[in-house]
Amino acid sequence: MGAKEENGDGGGIRPPIEQEISKELDTNMKKYLRGEGANLEILKDKKLKGQLALREELYGKSAKAAAKVEKWLMPSEGGYLEAEGVEKTWQIKQEAIAREVDILSSRNQYDIVLPELGPYTLDFTSSGRYMAAAGRKGHLAVVDMKNMNLIKEIQVRETVRDVVFLHNELFFAAAQKKYPYIYNRDGTELHCLKEHGAVLKLQFLRNHFLLVSINKFGQLRYQDVTMGEIVGNFRTGLGRTDVMRVNPFNGVVSLGHSGGTVTMWKPTTAAPLIKMLCHQGPVSALAFHPNGHLMATSGKECKIKIWDLRKYEVLQTLPGHAKTLDFSQKGLLAVGTGSFVQILGDFSGSHNYSRYMGNSMVKGYQIGKVSFRPYEDVLGIGHSMGWSSILVPGSGEPNFDSWVANPFETSKQRREKEVRSLLDKLPPETIMLNPSKIGTVREAKKKEKPTKQEREAEMEAAVEAVKGFVWKNKTKGRNKPSKKAKKKQELVAKAKRPFLDQQLKGEQSLSTKKQKLSEEVELPASLQRFARKKPTA
Amino acid sequence: MKVKVISRSTDEFTRERSQDLQRVYHNYDPNLRPQEKAVEYVRALTAAKLEKIFARPFIGALDGHRDGVSCMAKNPNYLKGFFSGSMDGDIRLWDIANRRTVCQYSGHQGAVRGLTVSTDGRILVSCGTDCTVKLWNVPVATLTDSDDSTDNSSEPLAVYVWKNAFWAVDHQWEGDLFATAGAQVDIWNHNRSQPINSFQWGTDTVISVRFNPAEPNVLATTASDRSITLYDLRMSSPARKVIMRTKSNSISWNPMEPMNFTAANEDCNCYSYDSRKLDEAKCVHMGHESAVMDIDYSPTGREFVTGSYDRTIRIFQYNGGRSREIYHTKRMQRVFCVKFSCDASYVISGSDDTNLRLWKAKASEQLGVVSIFLSRVFAVTLHPREQRKHAYHEAVKNRYKHLPEIKRIVRHRHLPKPIYKAASLRRTMMEAERRKAERRKAHSAPGSIVTEPVRKRRIIKEVE
Repeated sequence: MGAKEENGDGGGIRPPIEQEISKELDTNMKKYLRGEGANLEILKDKKLKGQLALREELYGKSAKAAAKVEKWLMPSEGGYLEAEGVEKTWQIKQEAIAREVDILSSRNQYDIVLPELGPYTLDFTSSGRYMAAAGRKGHLAVVDMKNMNLIKEIQVRETVRDVVFLHNELFFAAAQKKYPYIYNRDGTELHCLKEHGAVLKLQFLRNHFLLVSINKFGQLRYQDVTMGEIVGNFRTGLGRTDVMRVNPFNGVVSLGHSGGTVTMWKPTTAAPLIKMLCHQGPVSALAFHPNGHLMATSGKECKIKIWDLRKYEVLQTLPGHAKTLDFSQKGLLAVGTGSFVQILGDFSGSHNYSRYMGNSMVKGYQIGKVSFRPYEDVLGIGHSMGWSSILVPGSGEPNFDSWVANPFETSKQRREKEVRSLLDKLPPETIMLNPSKIGTVREAKKKEKPTKQEREAEMEAAVEAVKGFVWKNKTKGRNKPSKKAKKKQELVAKAKRPFLDQQLKGEQSLSTKKQKLSEEVELPASLQRFARKKPTA
Repeated sequence: MKVKVISRSTDEFTRERSQDLQRVYHNYDPNLRPQEKAVEYVRALTAAKLEKIFARPFIGALDGHRDGVSCMAKNPNYLKGFFSGSMDGDIRLWDIANRRTVCQYSGHQGAVRGLTVSTDGRILVSCGTDCTVKLWNVPVATLTDSDDSTDNSSEPLAVYVWKNAFWAVDHQWEGDLFATAGAQVDIWNHNRSQPINSFQWGTDTVISVRFNPAEPNVLATTASDRSITLYDLRMSSPARKVIMRTKSNSISWNPMEPMNFTAANEDCNCYSYDSRKLDEAKCVHMGHESAVMDIDYSPTGREFVTGSYDRTIRIFQYNGGRSREIYHTKRMQRVFCVKFSCDASYVISGSDDTNLRLWKAKASEQLGVVSIFLSRVFAVTLHPREQRKHAYHEAVKNRYKHLPEIKRIVRHRHLPKPIYKAASLRRTMMEAERRKAERRKAHSAPGSIVTEPVRKRRIIKEVE
């Protein structure tokens, strides 16, 4: 790995504060180093070794600089909630939090009641500033969350099952009764995506500009929204499902099926990458941790499981139903069932999720979707009577990066960002389970010997090819049937010969190996005269 | 209970007045940037393609000579001034920015074989096959330069006639001595009409001479007995000599690492040596298809340009075995001399077709427009954001340049058909030789045949 910690003053013991700070920086540095350094000892090329050693040192220096920036230059600090005395954090109610917190934050806690327009689903843009809400009965609304401004609301007068923002707040897609439609921020219908059919769930892959949909017949479709090209269209073969989630770490789409299996897909192959049996009943909800290693699934058999996606093993099983799951940027898990939301947190760092907070809504409200708002300590809840928002301290990332997602974006910045993200649009082939494999060397595949079946199949194919040969009818008495038959036999034997030779060679080598092994076995004295004698030279 | 929630006030995160810059916040956490390697790969691919789109290295040709250009010299004090001498004795001072002749020095009877400028840039020394060394006055550049017309011929300051034809001349970097190469190496002073010192080792002609940039008393020469000799002026005899298999046409010292020099050889390669250890070349630079005629280092010391008899110019990295860049034009015939400009942005080549050509050192670099009022300014600097963008593109391209798609784009250079054919022919021949040597080695007793590395193979011996 990279740089070693240098002593500022020449020798001597540094004051304890400095030592602590340098230890802290070292632990932070690991995050920025992105894995282990390369092993340069195995290289024989001295020039390459020197160049790579220089580069590794440079990586160490940049990781150190980034760790220092993180320590000293971040403008905001994260949120927290600490209970005092006998009180536990999950017993604290939202009203109590609202009393302790400043006015601006308490405005983030509200309930919007729209009883006639059906259960609502929500989606936030990547900066957390804009929200799209869709009521089942056809109500579509785009809201600016900073000022609680309603930008546009339209009534499409048909069932809307899902809504998702495209790359910025100007475009959103709504999964309506027959087809999904793409709308402008002003409510103008831009596109009607007829190929998708009756879509149940929509997701958007931001880096690839791919709109993913799963429809009533269980067909998964990927469409590139920049050019409108359908990149992939797959029949999952596992029936109707409306549980679909994108893993933000690697861009892989995973579906939860009614048999309890979770499948993961990428746009370039027709078969799922992974198929894992997660639950004994149908999978009801799915969520991914932003670091890509954790997945939370819930089944109708009243279990919530937390999976490690590197080993595909269960880390933790929790009892309880979940209609909807969501991970926050800081790793808190929100579980919504009925009219109760529970938020679980992993405080010991060992993937052991325990209760952190809970919120019980009015009895009649059936929670449809929970979604954490990015870069804010807010959880948006879409339910049967509208949508609400509650405060969850410690769930959002306090420091945003202006080049990644800027909640205070001006229109000029938004335009520039759109152009740059289009230039950086990733081709769909880059979606893979382990995205850090790009740029690495592929392992040389060992040439596998064809199995017996394959060999026989090849032989048969060769013989068939020969038998299908059309004979020329010779004249002047040279067209004797016996000669033809003999020639045919010869050709078939010739076609078979290479395969039989290979077989013989293989058997010979096997037999010599067996001989060598068997020669080591010592026969008892009475049977010595039956031992195979070595051929004399 | 203790509770804190993220609350950002809009005033803190947005600008106060419209004249202020927009505020930018950074968080380098890798978790905020998923699939960063794929994004970098796409950026590297785009950068490679853009570089190829903007790669237009040829700037212009300077014509005026009536015979092939045989030698060039650059003025250390004045970026725009270049001298060139031709085979018919005509010497010209060029203004590179405006691509015109400023001054013409005529007087040599035969070909001008060597040109060099004194340390202060005021005196031009030229030597030729007519056995004379002439000293000329270099006009001081003024702001009214552009009004001067070409025919401003002057008389030489001094003419020194000597016993044999001269092949090359070079001036000390800091000092007032210059050395000429002919039958032997002569050291001259500006004011003396006879050389103050002479060195000779063997009876062969010395064909090129170069002073060391850091040590004013050390110089290197090449001779037609295939040797490279090092001299120290403070000693009475030459210091060391290395004999190779083929003759070296020219030498250039690395200005940033003055103990290393590179020799341009007849066998189409350039050999870099450490002058302290001459038994093995440091690096062999392969690429040309025909004899390399001239070589010059960039002032950064990181790359050098070579001109060859095969009508191309190549730019190599100082430690790279293969060329980074190759420049060719249908109209450019045998290249006899090349020079790197003193700001490391341009390369000038003089060739047999009587033209000097001006090229960019980095083919896709954006160089500023030179206006007539800013005739002193050679290149306009880029905005710092643009510079950073270029640096980023370079870095991201270098990180992924070994991947097949990007490698194909970055390495691709269009070669003229004769060069391409010559290169493939040469490759086949060398492959055949290598294969035969390998087989000979494989079929003989292990250890009986020892393969010498190429760096050593071309050297016959080192002599003290």
